[in-house]
Amino acid sequence: MTDKQITGSSKAHRNGIEALSQKRNISERLRYIWKLLWNDKSGLIGLILFLIVVFAAVFAPMISTADPLDQNLKISKMPPAWHEGGSWEHPFGTDPLGRDLYSRVIYGSRVSLTVGFFGVLIAGGLGMIVGAIAGYFGGRVDDLVMGIINMILSLPYLLFVVFIAAVLGRSLLNIILIFGITDAPIFARVTRGEVLRIKELGYIESAVCAGARWPRIVFDHILPNLIGPLIVLSTFEMSAMIFYEAGLGFLGLSVPPSVPSWGNMLSDGRLYLQQHPWIATYAGLAIMFTSLGMNLLGDWLRDVLDPRRRRARK
Amino acid sequence: MFWIRVEGERENEEIVMTAVLEVHDLVTKFYTLEGIVHAVNGVSFSVNKGEILAVVGESGSGKSVTMKSLLGLISSPPGKIESGKAIFNGSNELGDLLEYSPQQLRDIRGGDIGYVFQDPGSTLNPIMTVGEQIAETILRHQVVSREEAYKKTLNLLEKVGIADPVTRYKNYPFQFSGGMRQRVMIAIAIACEPQMIIADEPTTALDVTIQAQIIDLFKKFQKELNIAVIWITHDLGVVAGIADRVLVMYGGRIMETAPVNKLYENPTHPYTIGLLGSLPRLNEDGYKRLVGIKGVPLDASKEIKHCPFAARCDYAFERCWNEIPKLAEIDPEHKVSCFYRVEKGGSQYDR
Repeated sequence: MTDKQITGSSKAHRNGIEALSQKRNISERLRYIWKLLWNDKSGLIGLILFLIVVFAAVFAPMISTADPLDQNLKISKMPPAWHEGGSWEHPFGTDPLGRDLYSRVIYGSRVSLTVGFFGVLIAGGLGMIVGAIAGYFGGRVDDLVMGIINMILSLPYLLFVVFIAAVLGRSLLNIILIFGITDAPIFARVTRGEVLRIKELGYIESAVCAGARWPRIVFDHILPNLIGPLIVLSTFEMSAMIFYEAGLGFLGLSVPPSVPSWGNMLSDGRLYLQQHPWIATYAGLAIMFTSLGMNLLGDWLRDVLDPRRRRARK
Repeated sequence: MFWIRVEGERENEEIVMTAVLEVHDLVTKFYTLEGIVHAVNGVSFSVNKGEILAVVGESGSGKSVTMKSLLGLISSPPGKIESGKAIFNGSNELGDLLEYSPQQLRDIRGGDIGYVFQDPGSTLNPIMTVGEQIAETILRHQVVSREEAYKKTLNLLEKVGIADPVTRYKNYPFQFSGGMRQRVMIAIAIACEPQMIIADEPTTALDVTIQAQIIDLFKKFQKELNIAVIWITHDLGVVAGIADRVLVMYGGRIMETAPVNKLYENPTHPYTIGLLGSLPRLNEDGYKRLVGIKGVPLDASKEIKHCPFAARCDYAFERCWNEIPKLAEIDPEHKVSCFYRVEKGGSQYDR
C-alpha cells in the first residue's frame, strides 16, 4: 500500500457515505436516515402513507368520530359531507345500516395491518428458516422440504381457506394462520434460491475455512445477505395479504361481518355501487394507498439496508 | 514426531526441521453422473515448519483439490477421498487429518491452518465490517472476551499494513481496494497463530506491484511466526521469489520436487522443463519465441495406466506407456517421477 492510496481512499471515505453503524449517537443516526429519505422522495411518500395507516390503526378510538358499530337506520346510506344531503357528522357518509363510514375505514386499518403484519411474520419466519436449511444442506433435506412445499402449493387455495373457515370458524387468528401457512412456501422458495446462490460465493468458503459451524454460516453470513430480496418480498406479500384479506372479506370468508374491515365494507357496498358508490369507494381507496405505500417503502428499505446500494444511491 | 534432516540453506549449517504436515498417497475422486473424475492420484509430500512450499502446475492438475481434501472441504458427494494419510503436527496433537471428525476439522480450519483464497473481491462478506470478520475468527477459536478480540483485531490490521485500524475496523469490504482486502484475508488467516497457511493463488487477481507487497507480507509472517506456507500458483516467477521448495504437479500426481534453486538450475522432468521454457526471461537478448508445451492437459475422467505426461512428452518411450512412474530420488532433496531420467541416467535432454 502506498501513501497515496491511503490518503486517496480515506478521502473518498470522508466524502462518501459512512456506514450507519459508525454513527455514535441517536440524533446523528436519525439525521442520517432523514437524509437518505429526503434523497429518495418515493421512499418518503411510502413511509408517510405507511405511517398514516399505522397511526390510524393505533389511535383509532381517538380520531374516529363515531362508534364503527353504531347502527342508525334513519341515516342509512347518507352521502359524504361535501355532497348534497351529507353532514360533517359523518364525513364519508354512512352505509346501509347507517354506520359511520369514516370510523369504519379507520378501524378497518386495524384488521388489515394485523393480518398483513402477522401473516408475513409467520410466513417469513417459517419460510426463511426452512428455505435456508433446505438450500444450505441440499440433498435429501432439500428434496423433503421442497416436496412439502410443492404439496402446500398444490392445495387449491380458496378451497383450503373455505375449508379452514368452515372448520375453525371465521376469526382474525384463523385468517392470519391461513395466510401464514399458505404464504410460507413462497418465502421458502425465494430463500432457498438465494441460499443456493450465496453458498457458492467466496466469503462462505472463507467462513468455512475459518472454522465456522453451519448455524453461524447460515444465520450470520447467508441470511443477512439476502435480507434485501426478502424485505422486498415481505412488503409485496404484506400488501398482497391485505388484498387477499379484502377479497376474502368480500366473499364473506374473512373476519365476522360485525368486525369493521375493508373487505367487509367492499362487500357491503357491492349492492349499492350504482346509486351509493361511496360505501365501497373509501375502503377501496384505503386498500390502494396502503399497498402503494408499503411497496414504495419496501423499495427504499432494500436500497438502504445494503451498504453497496446505499452508496450507489447517493 | 517426524524429524527430517535437511541441510540449512541460508546458514550453511545442519539444522533440524520438523514436518508440520506429511501427506502420504492421497487419492481423491469425484463420482459424477458423467463418470469418475480422477482428480488426485496418489500424492505424497511434506511441509516443514517455517517453510514455503510452492505447488505449481497448470489448471486441473489437482493442486487445489489436494489442499481442499486435507481440510475436508471437498463436498461429498460427489467427491470422495479414497485413500491416503495426512499427518498434521498441530498445536494440540499429532493426527491424521483425513480421519478427523467434522468438529475437529472445524477447529483446525482457521485455528491451526489458515486459508487465503485467490479472489479477494468475493472472499469477504460484503455486509459485515472488515473488523468483525477478523474478530469473528478469533472469537471462534480462542477463549477471549469481545474486548480482547477487538484489540487483537486492531493489532492484526496494523500488522498486515492497514493504516488507521480503528477507522478501518468499521469499514465494509467495498471501501477497501483489492490489495487491502487480500491483506485482511491474510489477517484472518494468521489471526489464531496457525502452524500452516494454505494460500490458493493469493496473488493471481492482483496487479504486479501489489503482488510484490503481498509476497513480502507472507515472507514476513513466515519468518516472524514460523508459519509453514503452502503456496499454490501457476506463476513460476512468483515461485522463484518466495518458495523454499517446489512441488510440480500434473494430472493429479507429483512430477518433480526440489528446493527452488535446484529446480531452476537443474529442472529434470520434461514437464518442468516445458514450464520453465514457457517463461519469458529478462536476461536474454533479442527476440526469442516462447516455447509452449504441445498438446492439451490430461483428461481426468479417464483412468490411466501410464505416465500422465507421456502424450505430451518428447522423450516418452515404451515403458512410459506401460507403467506409472514413481517418485525417485536423484539426490536426497530432489525427486522426480520420470522413467526417461531414471533409466537413461545422466543424459541431458536435448532441446
